[in-house]
Amino acid sequence: MAWAVAAVLGLLLLLGSPGGCGGSPGPPRDSLREELLLSPLPSGDIAATFQFRARWDSELHREGVSHYRLFPKALGQLISKYLVRELHLSLTQGFWRTRTWGQPYLQAPAGAELWVWFQDSVTDVDKAWKELSNILSGIFCASLNFIDSTNTVTPTASFKPLGLANVTDHHLLRYAVLPREIVCTENLTPWKKLLPCSSKAGLAVLLKAERLFHTSYHSQAVHIRPICRDASCLSVSWELRQTLTVVFDTFSIGQGKRDWSLFKMFSRTVTEACPLASESKIYVDISSKTQENELLEVTPPPLSVHEASVQGDRRTYAVYDLLSPLLFNVSRSLNVQLKWKRPQDSLDLSTPVLHAQRYVSGYGLQTGEISTLIYNTHPYRAFPVILLETVPWYLRLYVHTLVITTKGKENKPSYIHYQPAQDRRRPHLLEMLIQLPANSVTKITIQFERALLKWTEYTPDPNHGFYVSPSVLSALVPSVLAMKAEDAEKSPLFTSLFPSADGSSYFVRLYTEPLLVNLPTPDFSMPYNVICLTCTVVAVCYGSFYNLLTRTFHVEEPSRGGLAKRLANIIRKVRGVPPL
Amino acid sequence: PPLPVAKPVPMAAALPGPRWLPAAAALLWACCGSAATDGIQDQAEQFFRSGHTNNWAVLVCTSRFWFNYRHVANTLSVYRSVKRLGIPDSHIVLMLADDMACNPRNPKPATVFSHKNMELNVYGDDVEVDYRSYEVTVENFLRVLTGRIPPSTPRSKRLLSDDRSNILIYMTGHGGNGFLKFQDSEEITNVELADAFEQMWQKRRYNELLFIIDTCQGASMYERFYSPNIMALASSQVGEDSLSHQPDLGIGVHLMDRYTFYVLEFLEEIHPASQTNMNDLFQVCPRSLCVSTPGHRTDLFQRDPQNVLITDFFGSVRKVEITTETVALDPNLVGLETRVPNDEMATEPLKYAEQLPVAQIIHQKPKQKDWHPPGGFILGLWALIIMVFFKTYGIKHMKYIF
Repeated sequence: MAWAVAAVLGLLLLLGSPGGCGGSPGPPRDSLREELLLSPLPSGDIAATFQFRARWDSELHREGVSHYRLFPKALGQLISKYLVRELHLSLTQGFWRTRTWGQPYLQAPAGAELWVWFQDSVTDVDKAWKELSNILSGIFCASLNFIDSTNTVTPTASFKPLGLANVTDHHLLRYAVLPREIVCTENLTPWKKLLPCSSKAGLAVLLKAERLFHTSYHSQAVHIRPICRDASCLSVSWELRQTLTVVFDTFSIGQGKRDWSLFKMFSRTVTEACPLASESKIYVDISSKTQENELLEVTPPPLSVHEASVQGDRRTYAVYDLLSPLLFNVSRSLNVQLKWKRPQDSLDLSTPVLHAQRYVSGYGLQTGEISTLIYNTHPYRAFPVILLETVPWYLRLYVHTLVITTKGKENKPSYIHYQPAQDRRRPHLLEMLIQLPANSVTKITIQFERALLKWTEYTPDPNHGFYVSPSVLSALVPSVLAMKAEDAEKSPLFTSLFPSADGSSYFVRLYTEPLLVNLPTPDFSMPYNVICLTCTVVAVCYGSFYNLLTRTFHVEEPSRGGLAKRLANIIRKVRGVPPL
Repeated sequence: PPLPVAKPVPMAAALPGPRWLPAAAALLWACCGSAATDGIQDQAEQFFRSGHTNNWAVLVCTSRFWFNYRHVANTLSVYRSVKRLGIPDSHIVLMLADDMACNPRNPKPATVFSHKNMELNVYGDDVEVDYRSYEVTVENFLRVLTGRIPPSTPRSKRLLSDDRSNILIYMTGHGGNGFLKFQDSEEITNVELADAFEQMWQKRRYNELLFIIDTCQGASMYERFYSPNIMALASSQVGEDSLSHQPDLGIGVHLMDRYTFYVLEFLEEIHPASQTNMNDLFQVCPRSLCVSTPGHRTDLFQRDPQNVLITDFFGSVRKVEITTETVALDPNLVGLETRVPNDEMATEPLKYAEQLPVAQIIHQKPKQKDWHPPGGFILGLWALIIMVFFKTYGIKHMKYIF
């Protein structure tokens, strides 16, 4: 009997756990963190950076992944179908003025920028790239389908992967910029729909289009990359980071005063955290408070203060944790306000260590010159910078006129990679590693000649001009303070996008302005004018000659006779009949 | 003997009883008969109601530049009405040739207004534009209509209609007698449009089609249609101009065209259950308000416009069948999902790539793509040539060389 009972029990156990060795479900495999960083800029404007990070502890390239929870299905399917290792897409309106606003956490070039690292198992990278950009144009309502071989390049030294990587063969990297791309509500709508709480709860309720586009700088981005799952880094998790940076002009929203509040900026306040988020925080940069006592006041008083060394600077942040119940004790909605106690007369404009500027010079519609100025304002440290320039094929660069000067002397780059353009097929690619001496200005000039396009290749508004995409500067800037490597999970999101190898320098990627260049444009009303002119010439000149040559003349006799005969002759003349 | 002749006897005299009885009997029979035929009539009426199962909308604005703000506002107001009445974004193909909302000249970014007191923001917070800016071309428009689209086009940019779809096509911009101008650089003619609709009919891509056009001389665009089941409306006849409504002094341009302004006013009264029919839409904007004469064409349409509801084209009214059967769900399905395969672990820790490996970059040698022949080859070649020369012309020249 006992063995029968045991057998039955065994059978029941086997049937009762259909999972087999899987056993009970483990801890939740994906997590969401959201944060908002408000930092007053030296020029008086206020920058707000939203970051939403969905982390999924799973291997997306495995077959049979079908259950998506916090990670959006649209992007998950894209990654597994096109074997993407990293994807970075940004849509930006405006330009980050590094000189007046300071170093950005994450800058993006004006327009649309897309760069992708593929897995090494991809057979045809160009085909996957083309299809990927088409699909993304449908997801984000942007004209990314205009990305083709005429604006795609393969950088050889910049844009190293930001996630885990063991193979860095640059043939798997593609980079393209569309500087003409417009960003508006139709791009924000699908971006918001990728968030787990959409715009209904959490920090995303502040994202209202009417306020977000009334700004000096608006940039929204999507970053997907593989990261370490834990400190031992033996397995891979996928991270989707959605960032949105806006810079509000306080003088226009604050009616002249530099005080700001969440309600004034976004016309909304925060009432609760997203229920699906494991962490939901608002950071306010109050560094100026500690430097000079009581310069500014933040209400409601923060529950905790966080200190971090960010980009070589020691900064203090007031933290509002939306998941802690103490925050909403006093009032149901949170409206963070900042008041300046006394006017900041001596503006602490610490110039950023690295900033750049680019412009076109020259006259006429045949030749021109592109000049890039790179400033290194560090007092005693020199560091290298990689400059990546992509110039469209219709501006024919003359590489023999490339001149790099620093402090009056010539500066030879340690590494140059130049790929000349092919008409209508490939743009110019110029990549250089330049050493910037301390406290110097480096000027890079190159001359070009403008090409004449075929008349069908002009856009419907050719007199607006043609854009040259911004150049990219990547540098490891030495920092004054030593930064210790913090645990990626504990540190705030805004410090952890670029993996830092050591604490003595931080990685920064800057973009210059896009350039607007006029090409020799034909007058498109000319066909109509030509037809009118030709027809006039034909009618007047040729017609006259024809008449002169073919018209016959005959003598007309004077009319004799009475009135009746004269009248009859007039009538006959009118009819064309010989007179009586 | 005379045969008996049946003389017709008046019924009233023959039958006994009250005089009204036969009349009442006749009336009763008529009523019962009509009750019986009511069911048949209902069935017959089903033939005259639309047999569509889904709705699509293709809304096109073809003008570029800031002074054509009103065309974008026209298209967005129709988009707004169509979304409000139930057609989802996945069934709307919206093509806007220029961006007015985030244009640097717009004093109120991310808004497009339809009325001069800035009452109604037709751009809204939830808009999805499928074709924007330079993508709005005649070729893309015809490809969307006929379905001949490159294979990698995303779903939101396709018109995936079938033979039970009612499609609304709205076009606005600058036009003339027989053509519509796209973005100031190309035109589409009425013949091309009619042929595109015929292609759609032959491929069974629509059940019924409503075509609305708001341009100058708009009636010329529907003159050449020859496919069945098309109803067309235009804002002006051939030889007339469609006029714009009113400018706004804050924005600086005209905000809407008159015809679409009054159509929007008319559509704001419609809700998904309303029974308003097409004849009311034909009466919108008489000459006194619109200055131009709106026209319509219904000869190709099988049903009577009296029976066509506005929501047949502007809304997405689904016919829902309620069933009283019960469906039993299996409660044991929960356990299947917990089986998660373990991911493979790497043997040694993975690391992030170095962002700026200076030494690695400097020593990166570019791949030698072209093959250069070695220097010895050139020398050998020249030696061979010289040898052949001296062989043919004689060895005596050699001593002067060496």
